[in-house]
Amino acid sequence: MTTAAATAPTGGFGYRHPRAKLVGLLGAPMAWLVVVYLGSLAALFLTAFWTVDGFTGAVVRTFTLNNFIDVFTTPAYLQVMVRTIGIAISVTLLCLILAVPVAYFMARVAPHRWQPLLIAMILTPLWASYLVKVYAWRAMLNPESGVIAWFLQPLGLGGPGFGAVGIIITLTYLWLPYMVLPVYAGFSRLPNSMLDASADLGARSWRTFRSVIVPMIFPSIVAGSIFTFSLSLGDYITAQIVGGKTQMLGNVVQQNYVTNLPFAAAFATIPVIIVLIYLAAVRRSGALENL
Amino acid sequence: MQRSRLLTLAVATSAAAMVLAACGGGSDGGDAGAAPGGEVFAGPVGDGEGALSVLAWPGYAEDGSTDPAADWVTPFEEATGCQVDVKVFGTSDEAVKLMQGGGYDVVSASGDASLRLIYGENVQPINMDLVPNYADIFPDLKDRTHNTVNGVNYGVPHGRGANLLVWNKDIAGEDVDSWSIMFEGDSPTAGGVGPYDSPIYIADAAVYLMATQPDLGITDPYALDQEQFDAAIEVLKKQKGLVSEYWSDYNKQIEAITAGTMTGATSWQVLVNYYPENIGSTKAKEGATGWSDTWMIAKDTPNLNCAYKWLDWMASPETNATAAEWFGEAPANSKACELTADPEHCANYHANDPAYWEDVYYWNTPTEACLDGRTDVKCVPYAEWSKAWSELRS
Repeated sequence: MTTAAATAPTGGFGYRHPRAKLVGLLGAPMAWLVVVYLGSLAALFLTAFWTVDGFTGAVVRTFTLNNFIDVFTTPAYLQVMVRTIGIAISVTLLCLILAVPVAYFMARVAPHRWQPLLIAMILTPLWASYLVKVYAWRAMLNPESGVIAWFLQPLGLGGPGFGAVGIIITLTYLWLPYMVLPVYAGFSRLPNSMLDASADLGARSWRTFRSVIVPMIFPSIVAGSIFTFSLSLGDYITAQIVGGKTQMLGNVVQQNYVTNLPFAAAFATIPVIIVLIYLAAVRRSGALENL
Repeated sequence: MQRSRLLTLAVATSAAAMVLAACGGGSDGGDAGAAPGGEVFAGPVGDGEGALSVLAWPGYAEDGSTDPAADWVTPFEEATGCQVDVKVFGTSDEAVKLMQGGGYDVVSASGDASLRLIYGENVQPINMDLVPNYADIFPDLKDRTHNTVNGVNYGVPHGRGANLLVWNKDIAGEDVDSWSIMFEGDSPTAGGVGPYDSPIYIADAAVYLMATQPDLGITDPYALDQEQFDAAIEVLKKQKGLVSEYWSDYNKQIEAITAGTMTGATSWQVLVNYYPENIGSTKAKEGATGWSDTWMIAKDTPNLNCAYKWLDWMASPETNATAAEWFGEAPANSKACELTADPEHCANYHANDPAYWEDVYYWNTPTEACLDGRTDVKCVPYAEWSKAWSELRS
């Protein structure tokens, strides 16, 4: 009885040393974040200011801004940037057009017991290898023997073949689930009471959609667009396989990273900057809380 | 408050990461342009050190893991006691990068890599007295600008091939003998042209210009002054309108050619062997670019004896025949021709036909000092080739 009063407070090591507990918990993830993630980004950025030996291609550590000047003053590279952003925006819009009705059906129309099945079906393509899917699209887009050309032939139309359109179609296919899922979540969260209230106040379905549903799911749409936009922006393998001679930002980086690493690094910072600008714009919409 | 502390942390950590990044990685640039040097191994070649790290093109150092029938690494290991560790690379640029990083003892370098390795002081001169099989190498492969500098040999030839013109006979007919189907706007293959996706392809345009615009005075497609280089780029810009796809992955070419979307292209003999009847192939009348590969030894290799043994092993008639036949190219050893499984191999690949190779321009590394010996002008170096190609493709 008397000794009980003298014993130390119960609780483990972590309870007694809250700081140590915090370090133990966050140490590994923070080390990962700082060393691997931020570290490599910093190394990338730093390399962009170096130059290479013109003959052997070895990196020479002399400070120069030439890489960035080259990137922003060469018409061909500016064209690639514009093209890549155009493709990323097109893919995002196409995903949006396809995802909203699908997500609406899944969340609000289909019977409840169907929902897990529908989600599984949306997710199924993600289980297949990226390369397999892109090569499948290469076969389908083939202007001579592809199934798309075969469908369009009776209408007197040629298929899109390999090129920017092929890239947009393929990327839309690849990233669609990333748009459907957040929008579906947005629709699911939509309280029925709001729709009822809208109807009680005399709004028809279109009016309800425009004034109630769209503002409510807008953050989810923006969240989905972050995925589709940034994934499209960085892709280069799809462009290689179904792009014909069309190149995207990533292809230029890939072409240069062996022969001129600093230039490739300078070029690789562009998508980072674009995505950061996009995220800054998106933050205002409150979509980051919906990720 | 919370936010600003997080921000401070982020800034501090990224600053730390930058310092770390600045300290590690990268390599010092070699003195470009300076005459290469390095000690020649006086010999004699002694016992092997027990290990050898090989950097090779795919199919150049087979140990039976790809195909049990293709194995010339295991017998080497048994004969010399040198355990071989093979790393394959996909492009010449990749090979150069890996060699600069160090850790490899020997490398099979194409001509567009070899000079960079020599001047970058990544490889060492070879004492040919220590490579007995060198004597049987075809004379027209010895002492070339891509393997010899100032009369000093830097490697032992392995094999060679020409970049061929292939075309779809259904589109362009039977009788095609000119690169013009890949360059001229009125070509029947317009919209189906397939150039090789590498800066070195600029030389193909230069070869075409040698025949069509002799006024430019090009004598070596790897020694282009600014005017000649601009003319070649102009040709390629015009060609871009005819292109369906650029290829560097040869599976992609096989697929596109057989599917009929690529109808006029540059190709290799080893691919032509796969093509159906309706695909024609030839070495075009204007001449062609090609490759001639060389085994080289890393400058600071710790396994010098094993490296010399490897060079001699790969140059031996037996190994050279097997390796060249496996890959689909002309062997470098003249005695290899009697030993190939297909007795027609050397005939098919023109191994012993010097006339065939006279207008084949082996891949080489363009340098500022013109490779054709001109001293009154500066030539466009490879870094500029690479830049121009990247711009052209964008």
